[in-house]
Amino acid sequence: MNDPHPTHPGGTAPLLTMRGIRKEFPGVRALDGVSLSVRAGAVHALMGENGAGKSTLMKVLSGVHPAGSYTGEIHVDGEPAAFSGVADSERAGIAIIHQELALVPHLSVSENVFLGNERARRGVIDWGRTHAQARDLLERVGLDENPATPVSALSVGAQQLVEIAKALAKRVRVLILDEPTSALNEAESARLLGLLTELRDQGVACILISHKLGEVMRVSDEITVLRDGRTVETVPVEHDADGVPSVEEDRIIRGMVGRELDQRYPDRTGTIGEVRFEIRDWTVDHPVQAGRRMVDGAGLTVRSGEVVGLAGLMGAGRTELAMSLFGRSYGRCVRGSLYKDGKEIDTSTVARAVAGGLAYVPEDRKGLGLVLDDDVRHNTSLAALGRISDRGVLDPGREAVETQEVAQDMRLRSHGPTQVVRTLSGGNQQKVVLGKWMFTRPDLLILDEPTRGIDVGAKYEIYLIVRGLAEAGACVLLISSELPEVLGMSDRVYTMCEGRLTGEVPGEAADQETLMRLMTGTEGAA
Amino acid sequence: MNDITPLSRFPGAVVTLIRNNARQYGMVIALVAIVVLFGILTGGLLLTPLNITNLIMQNSYVVILAIGMMMVIITGHIDLSVGSVVAFTGAVSAVMLTSWGLPTPVVVPLALLLGALIGAWQGFWIAYVRVPAFIVTLAGMLAFRGATLAVLGGESIAPLPESLRTMASGFLPGPEAMGLHLPTLALSAAGAAALVWIQWRQRARSRSHGLPVSSTGAAVAVSAVHVGVIMVFAHVLAGYNGLPLVGLMLITLIVGYSFLMRSTTTGRRVYAVGGSEQAAALSGIGTQRTTFWVFVNMGALSALAGLVFAARLNSATPGAGTMFELDAIAAAFIGGASAAGGVGTIVGAVIGALVMGVLNNGMSLIGLGVDWQQLIKGLVLLLAVAFDVHNKRRAQSAGAAVSPVKRRWGRGPSPERPRQ
Repeated sequence: MNDPHPTHPGGTAPLLTMRGIRKEFPGVRALDGVSLSVRAGAVHALMGENGAGKSTLMKVLSGVHPAGSYTGEIHVDGEPAAFSGVADSERAGIAIIHQELALVPHLSVSENVFLGNERARRGVIDWGRTHAQARDLLERVGLDENPATPVSALSVGAQQLVEIAKALAKRVRVLILDEPTSALNEAESARLLGLLTELRDQGVACILISHKLGEVMRVSDEITVLRDGRTVETVPVEHDADGVPSVEEDRIIRGMVGRELDQRYPDRTGTIGEVRFEIRDWTVDHPVQAGRRMVDGAGLTVRSGEVVGLAGLMGAGRTELAMSLFGRSYGRCVRGSLYKDGKEIDTSTVARAVAGGLAYVPEDRKGLGLVLDDDVRHNTSLAALGRISDRGVLDPGREAVETQEVAQDMRLRSHGPTQVVRTLSGGNQQKVVLGKWMFTRPDLLILDEPTRGIDVGAKYEIYLIVRGLAEAGACVLLISSELPEVLGMSDRVYTMCEGRLTGEVPGEAADQETLMRLMTGTEGAA
Repeated sequence: MNDITPLSRFPGAVVTLIRNNARQYGMVIALVAIVVLFGILTGGLLLTPLNITNLIMQNSYVVILAIGMMMVIITGHIDLSVGSVVAFTGAVSAVMLTSWGLPTPVVVPLALLLGALIGAWQGFWIAYVRVPAFIVTLAGMLAFRGATLAVLGGESIAPLPESLRTMASGFLPGPEAMGLHLPTLALSAAGAAALVWIQWRQRARSRSHGLPVSSTGAAVAVSAVHVGVIMVFAHVLAGYNGLPLVGLMLITLIVGYSFLMRSTTTGRRVYAVGGSEQAAALSGIGTQRTTFWVFVNMGALSALAGLVFAARLNSATPGAGTMFELDAIAAAFIGGASAAGGVGTIVGAVIGALVMGVLNNGMSLIGLGVDWQQLIKGLVLLLAVAFDVHNKRRAQSAGAAVSPVKRRWGRGPSPERPRQ
């Protein structure tokens, strides 16, 4: 189904249509005749694996790729449009909110809201009007903050709302959100998606790019699926009185990957052995705010061959626990003990933690996991330079061969070991980070949000790698905010809330409701 | 194992390879172009054995500083104090040699130690206290200039002992035949042989690991070009007084530091710290220690440059080394360093220093005034880095050509919002 003129429930004429969009980069066709049509007052989700063409399509729409660099037509309100740049598309009421927010951290909320669009008379800013209008806009997006607050003092979720307020200040008619909830916790996500539906009801057309199928199904009125630079289909979604969507998730996934995905998580096949790692009374204070407990007396065990899930809402202390375990990379006054095979081990520096068999795959893979401008090979060997050197002198041959083996084990898709990791897709970047830690041959692998921002196909491959590792006898501690992932992957689940471990549930007995109750602290420790 | 790499089968790929490595080759080509240009403009004067020897001696201290500066810039920092450290260590050495009467073999290690201590002082503030290097070394630039004035009492110390002067103006001893200096030729031949041996051993190793290697013909050609360049250069030098001692020292430093940066875990750590300090720290690399030692090294190299400079001038003066930091920084950036850190090579820094050196020398020979010289050097620095930035962007969009949609929104040309 590749209908450029989908019919719409309600019959309103589309506010925006893109027809037969083709965009080529030297040697590669990124978009091959994509069509998209968006109504005013609708949330239109754009789904597709990384590399399907969503980002390129939105760059064409927002003028990042100016008219002339692509073929095909764009119509806004039935009028042909050819944007020469971002400023041009903004004038037509198209605003895009990127994953990496475009706010100036040290400026205030109101300054940011009107950045480049100042309430001014002959270059002199009218502060009264600025603050008053900023307050109105903040109210509209449901953000209860003083407009004079610097943006850096706000949470990521609140910053996202400021971005939306900024778009509203420009009288946005088509609002594009790229992975808006990827850095938000459940409550913030719910709030943002709620706002999205409100804006829709006010007549704004919202284009939502997200990997979180659940939220897409919940808020979308239409879903367009892209694959390999082509439109697969556009599906209207109706919600019944209970909010249950009329379309099956599997149908969307099938469209995205072009094949049946019978399983989203690999089977648990290995055998679980004895307790190998035990954490006792682990307590961590906030690095700046003295006395603020981030992790409070946490204790848990991991057996060999076991994948242990650590579930919790954002801010529950999971990352803080993991990073403080890993060479005290987080926090102050880290207290507690870590036992390996019954003996206490020292993990007070990262080097010692690695020597003790620990590995930590960080949540922020670009900032903390990779040297982005270096290549696959050097990134893979970075944490285990001793393995490929002799008395401090590197052996390039051994490095090439051994890192290549890791890349193959990880099913890394790259142009070769000398490809710069910045140019890899998110999924493949994550495989490089995983490979880097596989290269150290760890006994305990701590994974922090290992599949965030990664498409469905690559997710499954990462699950397979993790499973394979556990089967080989390693211990895995899996931190994740996605409950289905925790449930699908873990042999045992701990829940965390406000720095404390609030429960321990065997994998097969766990379900979303139980975990959510424990994670929100509405049920006492099990 | 197939003897032909996939690359040589696809000329297009070779072109891409060269284009993507333009920053590597570009500066070599630029250097050759500048040499040819001034060779013609000076009627061959530039390339006489005497002038080549002068070029090496004149630029030796900038090359020494550029090596250290390249490492500092790779770690993502900057060092503005090197000129003042050059002056200060030169002054203290002169005092030790003349007023205290210490022999040169004692003074040289003491001077290097002093430089290392100065580097440790600055490295401490930068690595452990986390004061920006720009500030710490700006303070050092002022403080050590002041210390130089204090040590010298505002006056120059001259002359310096012959044993020190040999360091900067001496030549490799040995007999001559047919107007050619034999030890220079012999040493160069040995060096060329060693280089060929290393190249072929590396190739054999790669092959034994099953890695792709260039075709035998190409490898022979590469080795032949290297040997040719070395021997022509040696022949030119042998036509005058032979290899200057300071030239031998430079070659040792270049080879040693290239090896350190390319082939040791230490070098790899320096690149990692500059590329992403946090990722390096979470990979178990002592990032603070690495930064600290890079500055210690810079201090020691500054002291070495200070000794060579004092020896060459045969005096220690309060104004010694003024603006050297800028020459060294310019050399590093012309040679392909990135202001963001993580990128650059020792050879690049040396080529950058030579570009500046040949420009200086050539422009002086054709009688251009200092005013024009400064102006042209400024433009060269700007154009070299602009060329580099341009290439990088093209390389990035070439990466995008292969996987256009794998790039993230936040990268590339950022959507600018117009000011009204």
